Amino acid sequence: MNTINTLIIDGLSFTLPLFIMAIGGIYSERSGVTNLAIEGLQGFGAFFGALAATLLSGFFAASSQIPMYLAMLFAMLGGMLYAMLHAVLCVKFKADQVISGVVINLLAVALTTFLTSQLNASVFGAPSNKFVLGTSLRFSIPGLSKIPVLGAFFTNLYPFELVILAVAAFAWYVLYKTPFGMHLRACGDNPHAVDAAGVEVGKVRFAAVMISGALSGLGGICFAYSISGQFSPAIYMGYGYLAIAALIFGNWQIMPTFFACLIFGFARSAGFALTQALDLSAAFSDLFMTLPYIITLLLLVFFSKSNHAPRALGEIYDKGKR
Amino acid sequence: MKNKKTNPFLRRFLSIMGDEKRQKITIPILAILLSLLAGAVVYLIMGKNPLKAYLSFLQGAGLFPKGNYAAKRSMVTDLMSMLNAWTPMLLASLSVAVAMRSGLFNIGVSGQMMLAGLVATVTIGYSPLPAVLAKPLVVLVAVLVGAAASALIGFLKYKWNINEVVSAIMFNYIIRYTVSFSIKSFIADPISRQSRAVGPAARLSLMDTEIGGLKMDIPLGLILALVSVFLVRFLFQKMKLGFEFRTIGANPRAAKYAGIHVGRNLILTMTFSGALAGLAGATYFLGYYGSIQPDTLISTGFDAIAVCILGNSNPLGILLASFLITVIDKGGIYMSSTVGVRQEIGALITALILLFAACGAFFRYFIAARRQQMLDADHAEKKEAEV
Repeated sequence: MNTINTLIIDGLSFTLPLFIMAIGGIYSERSGVTNLAIEGLQGFGAFFGALAATLLSGFFAASSQIPMYLAMLFAMLGGMLYAMLHAVLCVKFKADQVISGVVINLLAVALTTFLTSQLNASVFGAPSNKFVLGTSLRFSIPGLSKIPVLGAFFTNLYPFELVILAVAAFAWYVLYKTPFGMHLRACGDNPHAVDAAGVEVGKVRFAAVMISGALSGLGGICFAYSISGQFSPAIYMGYGYLAIAALIFGNWQIMPTFFACLIFGFARSAGFALTQALDLSAAFSDLFMTLPYIITLLLLVFFSKSNHAPRALGEIYDKGKR
Repeated sequence: MKNKKTNPFLRRFLSIMGDEKRQKITIPILAILLSLLAGAVVYLIMGKNPLKAYLSFLQGAGLFPKGNYAAKRSMVTDLMSMLNAWTPMLLASLSVAVAMRSGLFNIGVSGQMMLAGLVATVTIGYSPLPAVLAKPLVVLVAVLVGAAASALIGFLKYKWNINEVVSAIMFNYIIRYTVSFSIKSFIADPISRQSRAVGPAARLSLMDTEIGGLKMDIPLGLILALVSVFLVRFLFQKMKLGFEFRTIGANPRAAKYAGIHVGRNLILTMTFSGALAGLAGATYFLGYYGSIQPDTLISTGFDAIAVCILGNSNPLGILLASFLITVIDKGGIYMSSTVGVRQEIGALITALILLFAACGAFFRYFIAARRQQMLDADHAEKKEAEV
């Protein structure tokens, strides 16, 4: 019983940040811009948020949770700003999108590692390569959390899980129910038609990549507040790439991607739980960690016919091309 | 007059950048200069002397004499240890280049390196074989493992049309976690928490060897790497297979109509690329580093993609580009001790170089557009003069 509880609680708190990052990836890729940069975007966003929290926490009481919400806001802002680099390279400078993504990731690691060390040394006067944030408080929803088994979905929640759900619902609405969302999706499938309809492909893609940055940044700071309780270069654990796996698994659609993230999140927490329950050495959890990737690969092998990337994904938009 | 006079600086800049052929050299140089300039600005902001910093990079990499050396150390020692680090970087970049020439991205180089390193370590690294046998066997095993791992990616693309970038990322993480599991469970060193160091017989770099009163690291793999540079060059320039690779990279449809077997070549390309990645893994894990760290994919494979862009996927270009990146990387440690700026700035400058190199297409576009503008302006001027 207890194992199942922790399994659900941990699974959910990993699933949701992953999910919001994957939604960011969906925005970018549905608009036709390949986004391998999610890893870098989430790291830079988390850096920006953690820096803001460290700078601002002096204005609040030590136990105050306000810096965390500010950090989330700034993480979105930071991710968005940093994503502009990817957008400029891919949309304006017509760089290769895969290469740009790889370079953005390398730059994010280099930049945030350097800045964290340098700022700690010169501004805060303490040589260290991390910003300590502490993990966020948790809460349970009264009543619902008392339901047997399923109650675990409402127990020991991080506040950010609700924020993510709200943002995700909004992102779903925008992508599928608004004219902007329609233009965005059309940009990924048939940019010339969008152009003919009088909408600027470049602008839509630029906006999509920026949204992608904001959502990735939010995911990054949530990982920082839950798994490690700090911002350090260890934030580059490869969850950005896992989010990409999730969105491919989810066929570039938000709801199926959510289930992919759930599977990944629960595979992970089940791995940890199994390792503990069977009294295996901690190294076995590494083995369970391969599951999401193997599942995605197998899915691609067996369902490659029904798995469709946006048609114009990765193509540089050229007005003159037919 | 409607047309603006062309700015003389722009005119000078355009003539230096040259035509498209020359831009293959001038654009990477421009990228390097721009990022060194950006790095200099960072140094200036922090109140440090950028020239001194850049000199320290060269000194740390053994390309310029330092003020004083410890016993049994000299500029040559520094140079040799830089070359030791350069070897895997060069091979990994070649690996990416072979794939890139055929229009494929091998983003899985880091994973292939790690797997090749692990298998070579387990099979040969701890065996009591004499050096004459062990060293060639390490190379052989690593090359085979790397080639097989990468060929699988090619096969998945050929058979089920799975994007090679996606499957390579999946494999990277599958390998990373599996290798970490194997290291922690079977071959961990209780103190360092990494895999136990491989025996000196199997190691591809002779560490701390005394020659002429100096203790230095001798990277034997460097010879293999340099041979590979010329082999890859030969493959692309002289061989039919290399020509087919290039044709597929330039235009897969045309290649198909010309009767080139695209699918077979796809797998072959990835096999070649993986073999080089395996060799890179051997020279990294059983040469330069001597053991494997669990839980991390080394950044070499990702840096290699960028090095390859900087070097235009050309073996000689890559030779220079990977050298530069290694100098910045290795020289950074000494720079941080002389200038007092964290060595991470080296990675930052590297990343900036790669960022500007990735903008190559934009630079080409910009130069072409401005040149056309200039020609138009000149033309209009001439016409006006005639009238």
